[in-house]
Amino acid sequence: MSLKGKAYIVGAYEHPTRKAPDTSLAQLHAEVAKGALDDAGLTKNDVDGYFCASGDTPGLGGLSMIEYMGLNVRHIDATDTGGSSYLVHVGHALEAIAAGRCNVALITLAGRPRSEGMQTGTAPRMGNVQQPDVQFEFPYGPAIANMYAMVARRHMHEFGTTSEQLAWVKVAASHHAQYNPHAMLQKVVTVEDVVNSPMVADPLHRLDCCVISDGGGALVLAKPEIARSLARPKVKIIGVGEANKIQGGGLALDLTYSAGRRSGKAAFEMAGVTPADIRYASIYDSFTITVIVQLEDLGFCEKGAGGKFVADGNLISGIGRLPFNTDGGGLCSNHPGNRGGMTKIIEAVRQARGEAHPKVQVKNHDIVLAHGTGGSLGTRHVGATVILERE
Amino acid sequence: MSEKIYSTVPPTPGSEPYWEGAKAGKLLIKWCRDCSKPHHYPRGVCPHCLSTHLDWKQASGTGEIYSFSIMRAAKPVYVIAYVTLDEGVTMMTNIVDADFAGIKIGQKVKVVFKPSEDDGKLACFTPV
Repeated sequence: MSLKGKAYIVGAYEHPTRKAPDTSLAQLHAEVAKGALDDAGLTKNDVDGYFCASGDTPGLGGLSMIEYMGLNVRHIDATDTGGSSYLVHVGHALEAIAAGRCNVALITLAGRPRSEGMQTGTAPRMGNVQQPDVQFEFPYGPAIANMYAMVARRHMHEFGTTSEQLAWVKVAASHHAQYNPHAMLQKVVTVEDVVNSPMVADPLHRLDCCVISDGGGALVLAKPEIARSLARPKVKIIGVGEANKIQGGGLALDLTYSAGRRSGKAAFEMAGVTPADIRYASIYDSFTITVIVQLEDLGFCEKGAGGKFVADGNLISGIGRLPFNTDGGGLCSNHPGNRGGMTKIIEAVRQARGEAHPKVQVKNHDIVLAHGTGGSLGTRHVGATVILERE
Repeated sequence: MSEKIYSTVPPTPGSEPYWEGAKAGKLLIKWCRDCSKPHHYPRGVCPHCLSTHLDWKQASGTGEIYSFSIMRAAKPVYVIAYVTLDEGVTMMTNIVDADFAGIKIGQKVKVVFKPSEDDGKLACFTPV
């Protein structure tokens, strides 16, 4: 049985805050839930499936948030794959709805790393000491930024990718962010601005990195019968894929590709479309290099050609072949809870509905894609891909 | 400037020989008796075939840089790297005792042990 079209995204909401020192993590989760349900025209009493990532949700799995929000559900999934979790959840909720395990699925994300003063990308974070890799890796100082930097360094070595090509990803994001009043960085930047910004983890500069923000987002998915009864534009889920990537016990380390190679293939096969059919893509942009690697792995260009593909404004709406992250993305607008997957889907839904900012809305398109990588591009991660169609 | 003292994470059951080896100046790699392959980081179960018939063997201690990054945002600045050992496994490490500006992918390196907390030693690499 194909899952294609067995559920719709009927509600989407991004919290407008980027700094929430006076709002609890639980309240942020509940506020985005309310926002997405209001957007759908549903209430919390309609929700019978709850999806969250255990790592950003206070309490055991989803249990505390379910009680906090007063839900009564019959399907719970607290799968955590880092920033790609919410893309994974869309796939899992699609399965659950198709199987009759729930009719209306709520997915929430929230986080407050900015208020908590977290040095997200530059300070190594030690996991639980039972995590089997920690004792062999943490002493060497693997922060987020330098792990992604090693991906960039290897990509440059193998394919001749340049810092200027990486910079074009940020330039494109900034062109879009100027129209987003909630974006943290609304100033349009140039390639020179990026390559002249301070070096964080060589070869990644400060402007190659995403923002650190508080906030969150939520989605509501529903079975087709319910979606058709609602007043909002119909956004059908036509393709999903998830996949992991490992290092093969140290014998197969290859930093030049990501799990998107497999998750993208699965999603395109389910949807029955190809990259050539996609006119808008939300691509997780923790760093500029993240976008280049994932675009290659999804098949928007050949492996190694990502630097050339993104150059000269090819990701800018109204100018390039593949407008991306028209909200400004994680690079300029929002990276709530250090987890970028949720905002990727939300902007893809806005594009599919025709509700993106008029200056960045892509015209004449029905099919959009959202993709993300959770964990570290440089060690172990899970990629997830979602393809949506405006009905 | 005093020498950097690296963090020590407590060993987990079965990993003690790796850290005892480091203290004695030996880089130990796990090899599987059933599938004859090495792996790293060391595990109690072979990630290639899930066998528990594993042996510690001393690595040659030489290899080459697969990738690296100079962490400019840190004080003091340090260089994280993946080094592919002559035995075929790639390990996360730091490049030390080197002119950072001259570090290159493909560069030959050899193991050097640096002090860590609780009188431990940590395997780092330096250009040959």
